[in-house]
Parts: sequence; C-alpha cells; structure tokens
Amino acid sequence: MADTPPVLRLEAVCKTYNLGTEAEVEVLHDIDLVLQPHEFVALMGPSGSGKSTLLNIIGLLDRPTSGKLFINGQDTGELDDEALTKLRGRSIGFVFQSHFLISAFTAIENVMMPMLVDQKFPNAAMRARAHALLAEMELDKWEDNLANNMSGGQQQRVAIARGLSMNPSLILADEPTGNLDSVSADTVFKMMRKVNIANGTTFLIVTHNIDLAKRCDRIVEVVDGRMEGQGADRLRVSR
Amino acid sequence: MNRWAPFEWITSIRFLKEGRMQTLFIITGIAIGVAVIVFMSALLTSLQANIVRRVLTSQPHIQIIPPDEVARSLRGNEPGTTLAATIQRPTQRLRSIDQWQTITAQLVQHPDITYVSPNLSASALAVRGDASRSITMTGIDPLVYFKIVKLPDFIVLGTLINGMPQLTSEDIIIGTELAKDLGVTVGDKLNVTAASGNARLLTVSAIFDLGNKGANSHNAFVALRTAQVLANLVGGVLAIDITVVDPYQAEVIAQEISVGTGRTADSWIKTNAQFFTAINAQKLSFGVIRLFVGLSVAFGIASVLVVSVIQRSKDIGILRAMGTSQRQILRVFLLQGALLGFLGSIVGSALGGLSFLFFHSVVRQSDGTEIFPFSIEPSLFVSALVLAVITGVAAAAVPALRAARLDPVVAMRG
Repeated sequence: MADTPPVLRLEAVCKTYNLGTEAEVEVLHDIDLVLQPHEFVALMGPSGSGKSTLLNIIGLLDRPTSGKLFINGQDTGELDDEALTKLRGRSIGFVFQSHFLISAFTAIENVMMPMLVDQKFPNAAMRARAHALLAEMELDKWEDNLANNMSGGQQQRVAIARGLSMNPSLILADEPTGNLDSVSADTVFKMMRKVNIANGTTFLIVTHNIDLAKRCDRIVEVVDGRMEGQGADRLRVSR
Repeated sequence: MNRWAPFEWITSIRFLKEGRMQTLFIITGIAIGVAVIVFMSALLTSLQANIVRRVLTSQPHIQIIPPDEVARSLRGNEPGTTLAATIQRPTQRLRSIDQWQTITAQLVQHPDITYVSPNLSASALAVRGDASRSITMTGIDPLVYFKIVKLPDFIVLGTLINGMPQLTSEDIIIGTELAKDLGVTVGDKLNVTAASGNARLLTVSAIFDLGNKGANSHNAFVALRTAQVLANLVGGVLAIDITVVDPYQAEVIAQEISVGTGRTADSWIKTNAQFFTAINAQKLSFGVIRLFVGLSVAFGIASVLVVSVIQRSKDIGILRAMGTSQRQILRVFLLQGALLGFLGSIVGSALGGLSFLFFHSVVRQSDGTEIFPFSIEPSLFVSALVLAVITGVAAAAVPALRAARLDPVVAMRG
C-alpha cells in the first residue's frame, strides 16, 4: 500500500475567473488536498465558498489557473483535452444532485453508457456489469424502465451505478441527497458507503447536511475559497 | 441496447426517437423537398429525352457536306496587292463530296460511329396530271439510311419487307400531305422532274406521316441511284449522314472527322444550337429551384438540430462528464443530420416517383396517347439520397460544432 499513490492530490490549486480583466475574481486560493484509496470524505462549506468549482477542477471538467492536480499519481496539467476526457471517463465517476440521467435511455442503458463511450467492452460484459451494479443498488427489477419513469431516489441510485460502471478510483458526488426525502437520502448514502467498503472506491461528497457529513471518514471545509485552517489542522477528522 | 453499433449511432437514433414529433416534421419537410426534386428531375429528363429522341429520329447525328465554294481575290504582281476591289460570293452548285467512297469506308471503321449513309438531296417537281408540287427529293441507300432516320416507324401506307418499305430505283416514298395534294396512293405513278431537267416516272411504294404537315408535303425519298440520275450527279453524293454511339459526343466526333478527312462535318448539336440553348436554360432554372429547395431543407435540418442542442445541453454535459470526447459529440449530431437526410430522401424519393407516375398516367395528349414515355433512372434516386445525406451533414455542422464545444459545466447547469 505504501507504493500506491493517493487517488487525488491537489497542490496549491488556485482558480481565477475573468483573469486580467476588471471583473477578475479569485474563487479558490492555494487549495491543498489529498484523498487516499478507500477514503469516504465530505466536502462542506457555505454557498458560494467555491465547493462546486473545486469539484469541477477535481472532476477534470475545469482547469485550475495555477497549482497542480494529480489523479492516481498522474499530473493532469500535462494532459491535453482529449487525454483529460479519457482520464475522466476511466478514473472518475460523477453523481450529481439532479441525477442527470439521459432521458432517452433506460436505467440499464444509462449505466452502460460510460462503457459504450469508452468502446472497450464487449456487449455481453457491458450488460452483465450494468445488471450487477443495478442489482447492487437493488434496482435490477427496474432496469428496463426509462429514467423519467423512476422516483428521485431510484434515479439517484441509477446515477451511482452509472458512476461506478467504469470501476473508477474516485467518485465525486455533488449533494447526492440534496433533492431526496430523508428515507431515500439514507438509502442512497448507505449504498455509497457499501460500495466504498466493498470496492475500496474513494468518495468525495459535497453536502450541506452535517449529520450526513459526520457519517463520513472525515470532513473537509472550504470557506471563501480557502481550506479551513492551515497545515494538518485543515482536515478535521470527524470519526 | 445491443452493441450492434458504435456509441454515436445508438445515441443519434435514440435522440431522434425521443423527439419523435420534431423528427417526424423535419423528415416530412425533407421528404417534400426531395419529392419536388425527384419529380422535376424525372419530368425534365423525360421531356428532354423525348424531344431529343424526336429530333434524332428525323436527322443524323453528324452530316458531312461539300465545302462552301468561295471566290478568291485576284492578286496583283506585287505581294500583298489585289486587283479586284469587290469579291462576290459565288453561287453554290451541286457538287459531290470528293472521294466519298473512301471517306465512308474510313468512317465505318471508327469505334464511336454506328452507321454511315451517303445520300443526295435535291429539289424537284412532283407532277401528276395537272397537279404539281415542289419537293425535296432525297436519294438514299435504304439499308443504312433507315437505321439513321427511322422512317419505317412512320410509314402509314405500304408494305414493309423485313421492317422496311420497298425502295427500288423505280420507287418513291412520299408524305401523306403530298399524296393528298397529288391524289395518289401506294402503287400510283408520279412524274418527278429535277431542277437539272431530268425526269423519271416513279411508283409510290409507301406513304409516311412524320406528324408535321410541312415535312409530309415536301419530303420524298428515292433510291440513291435514281436521285443521282435525276440530279445529273451520277456517282456523286451531296452528304454523308452519320450516327454515333453517344449523341452528346457528336460535336467532338464531328470535329475529329473534319480534321481527319478535311471535309466539313456538322453535328446535330451545332445545327440545333437554339434547341440546346433552350435545354440549358431549362437546366439552369431547374438548378436554381433545386438550390432553393436544398437550402430550405438544409435550414430546416439545422434549425431542428440547433433546438435539439439547446434542449439536450444537460445530456451533452453529462456525456462529456462521462468521458465522451468532443469528436464523439460532434459525430452524434452530424449523424443525426445524415439520418434525417437519409430517411427524408427515402420517403421523398417514393413520393416523387409515385407523383411522377400519377402525372404521367393523368396528363395525356388530346388523342389519349402519352406525352412522353415514362422512365425514371435509378441513379436519380441514388443521387437524391446522396444529395440529401450530404445536405443533412452540412446542415448539422454548425449545431454539431456548437454541441461539441459546449462547456460541460455550463451545459449541466443548463
């Protein structure tokens, strides 16, 4: 394990919008963060603190203005857009607050989609994996339903299954229980935790729910674009 | 979802299926555009082919004629001086084509030439009793001439032997109007006097109807030998009629013959220049119509896909987040354009073909016969399909680029 690089390492990451203009605004300042394999981490902070921007940068959907970002030890600053897209598809899974399932496809097709995009999987293997993931989410009976015909909790579990379909090392979940009732939220959280324990997948979960955050391995707080505290104190381990 | 096709195909088809009303309307729009193009192309091609066929069944593709007689200026002793101030154009006498037998033998060997028919046309007077009419008497070798000018197809009276009317040196074939004017029918005698003064008593062996009053009253056909005797041009011919494999290559071959033989060779394209001007004008106007129809189809596809990109921006964002490359997104939308063009052209081709069939069966001449023979080239459908697919892809280019360039973060935010 000592040789295994962290799943995620951020070194002095800054993000500035409208660089060089009068409207220039620095959203993130010198963010350092390390996520190890098997970790289940909550990312908290008030609205407008820069959580979503940070999540987009970690998810390789946006580039930092300065600083370094490593995914599984690979420096992403050296990669072009095409390589970043490929790395994102294979190493990172996304779960969003609004589910974002593709309405034209059924539940199982949504789960198969990342594998189809990657073009590496034979059809039978793709279907078998999607079926297994949906079974893990207790949705195998609903796999042929169109995404629109499912409840919010079910859609979110499909989204988790989709996030896991490429067996990524990191899952980024942006308020995954934000739009769900307490029972569905609890179910979804337990599912994510189950996957984390069973597969060792690292989770970084953005949430405003302190009770949920307390159930994570540790909590990382972002306030005004900075990590709360400095040095070792910035990571407040809750459990 | 079976992985029978790449990601782009599956996604394109699903997107089109999900927005089925939009898809249905735009396919209908494309189909109407393609139907108009197919219908007009088929109509224009058939009408042109019919006109060309009519023109070419009554005249050769190329005709070799004797050279124009010109007067030369009388030169003085000093270089560059002429003695006669005015040069008068000489009258054009009946002169045989020099060495026409050799030229005919050469032309028969040409791979692009199908038939070669030496002939002689001269004016004459057809007399029966007190009635007389001026005619253009053409002396022909019926075995080859009737392969060029399909006169046997227009014979209305007289016996055909092996598909050809009888034409010995004692026979004459005349038109219906001339037969009516002179009161003759098949088997009757006719006195033919040429401008040279020579006269022969000939038997009417057949009567034709070319569907043109002037042609039926002034044209008459006799054996070449008979015409030579009447025109006082024994052993000579005034023209060599030629047909070629591809009538539209006639002008090129005519120029080749002129260069090769040193004789004047006129193609039907040159002698029917006005006809071709009309055809070209027709083609041009149709091209303009096709351009505007194509543009309206293209803008229709583009507008639907632009709306689709806006509607699907979240889907595009999530696909990008899942690792879909910009190129894959580009291909998804280009494919949608191609599929719309393809499906629209299939429906449109069927619609256009059936409309043309209906038009052909309903619109008739006053006597109930068809205006033109029904024919649609399969290549018309293929070209309509290719054109529609290309238009679809071209129309999809801008929306597809827009989709590919969408920032996934912005796209997911909607």
